[in-house]
Amino acid sequence: MSATSAFAEAVVRVATPLAYAALGELVVERAGIINIGLEGSIIAGAYGALVFAGHGGAIFGVAGALLAGILLATLFAVFVLVLRADQIITGTAISMLALGTTGALYQTMYGSVGAALTTPTFAPMVIPGLSSLPVVGRALFAQPVMTYPLYLLFPILAWWLYRTADGLALRAVGEKPSAAAAAGISVSRVQWLALLFGGAMGGLSGATLVLAQAGTFLEGMSAGRGFIAIAIVALGRWTPLGVAGAVLLFGAAGALQFLAQAMAWPIPYSISLATPYVFTLVVLAVARGRAVAPVALGAHRE
Amino acid sequence: MSRARAWREALPVGAVAGALLLVAVVVLVSAGADLRTALSALWIGSLGSRYALLSATLVRATPLILLGLSVTLAFRAGVLNIGAEGQFIAGASAGGAVALATAAVLPGPVSLLVALTTGVVAGGVWAAVAAELRRRFGVLEVISTLMLNFIALYGVSYLVHGPLQEPTHVYPQSATLPMVARLPFVFDGQRLHVGFILAVLLGLALWYVFARTAAGFRIRITGAGAAAAASAGAVDTARVSFLAFIASGAIAGGAGAVEVTGVTYTLFERISPGYGYSAIAVALLARLHPVAVIGAGVFFGALEAGAAAMQRDAGVPSQFASILEALAILGVLAVDRLRARRQEAAP
Repeated sequence: MSATSAFAEAVVRVATPLAYAALGELVVERAGIINIGLEGSIIAGAYGALVFAGHGGAIFGVAGALLAGILLATLFAVFVLVLRADQIITGTAISMLALGTTGALYQTMYGSVGAALTTPTFAPMVIPGLSSLPVVGRALFAQPVMTYPLYLLFPILAWWLYRTADGLALRAVGEKPSAAAAAGISVSRVQWLALLFGGAMGGLSGATLVLAQAGTFLEGMSAGRGFIAIAIVALGRWTPLGVAGAVLLFGAAGALQFLAQAMAWPIPYSISLATPYVFTLVVLAVARGRAVAPVALGAHRE
Repeated sequence: MSRARAWREALPVGAVAGALLLVAVVVLVSAGADLRTALSALWIGSLGSRYALLSATLVRATPLILLGLSVTLAFRAGVLNIGAEGQFIAGASAGGAVALATAAVLPGPVSLLVALTTGVVAGGVWAAVAAELRRRFGVLEVISTLMLNFIALYGVSYLVHGPLQEPTHVYPQSATLPMVARLPFVFDGQRLHVGFILAVLLGLALWYVFARTAAGFRIRITGAGAAAAASAGAVDTARVSFLAFIASGAIAGGAGAVEVTGVTYTLFERISPGYGYSAIAVALLARLHPVAVIGAGVFFGALEAGAAAMQRDAGVPSQFASILEALAILGVLAVDRLRARRQEAAP
């Protein structure tokens, strides 16, 4: 495999878990909420995938990840939508809770070493024909099955958001909740559903890490992807296609470290690991112009 | 603050602390730990002896108090600085590097002073990155500070595998500080160092600033919201929150330098086992009151010291303390919101 196609393959691989997380966060933010607890849904999803896959195989693992991701999102929703607690502090606490609890459960159930533990995984699924395309063929069409739903999810979300009444309702809730309520939309119902969807996507992000990539669980393996997803959504200007592009850009930033290794560039390992986070900061500065953000985003409603 | 109001403030905190203990027992039982062994380790490891108190609990409490004050200052000014962790690491790295470099050439106390100052500056600079991103580009400080936490973590990892690695190049840590460059102990034969006294003094000083000075008034007004600040007259909220953000980072950086010169004497990757996140729990449980932060810091310091003993003696997972800290934050949020609702319902 040439260096170019190896790099392209790494871009898609790095982008896949980010894409699920960002897709979920996009819907949540369009409903006017910032869920920093998404990080918690991702790590919970990863752990859920590990436990369920151990009992019933990789597909069952996906179900476990969905359940775990939704569970964490439910907790966030209770605090933010029912109790009207601060979104940022709630999200931070929920991420802490999920990181700590999954780490503790992992130690309790599998012993403090446990690193050798592997789960059933999804092997790369080569799609005949398409995977023979030059350069991007193998990158896009020889991935584990977790990647493929994304090719549909982004266009479907774009259509749903701008072409359906429910999509309009979601956008209205994020822009002007009072007007949405006056138009007979249940703001809290829309926000609940958006958060649960976001949690499910966070869970799938975690499932990808365990079932399609690492083949095992590592404490803290979400590694800030939930937070990076929030930056991706801002860079993508809160639109599905913009977010899809931003995801690929972040995938490329993350894949640079593999390229650096393959090319034997003299960059210290720790520094190459820090690249995506530095990149996120730069991107946030460049992606100014918050006028396009949902107007009621993060608003503390009483 | 009237005595009745003080009770109203303290009561929910007590309720949260009580609920936490209950949850702790449930977690321990479900983790399959022997409850008797675990609880006795928790007690003996935290408050059960003079040694536990002066060599474990208060030593653990020191960074928690300092970082709790850092978070308190930022939150009071309406800045959601989640980056105490990274600012602490930046301060520990810079302070440690300077202490190692100067210990041989400068008199001990001077070297110490330079190291601590460097830590303060490094933490301030680390926060200033996020503060400037917020001021100039409107970047949410929550995201930028979290990113800076990861960058600091990989930065210190680079340092202890590279330029600052100890001379034999075997272990991923720096050389050890010579005796002269270490913070003095408070009592003979106990690990408690003067950093704890600094932390307590800083708590009192911040309380004075908030309660009695014009700067404190401006910070509180800024935190209360732009509208309130505008109605109170000429408070430049952008400037106040910018400066408070940097000061908050400076405190966290100082805490890092104190940890290196007072406790670990060397720099390594996990110099902070998540102190910066625990500090959010400390600050919120203290209701952002600087003097109460001291108490909350000691409470969580005891919890973390006890948790370490429980891991040793009863095999309780090491994340036990951080789970309780997360629950403490949620507990305070819930109690606050429920109380606010009751007040709305019965005005």
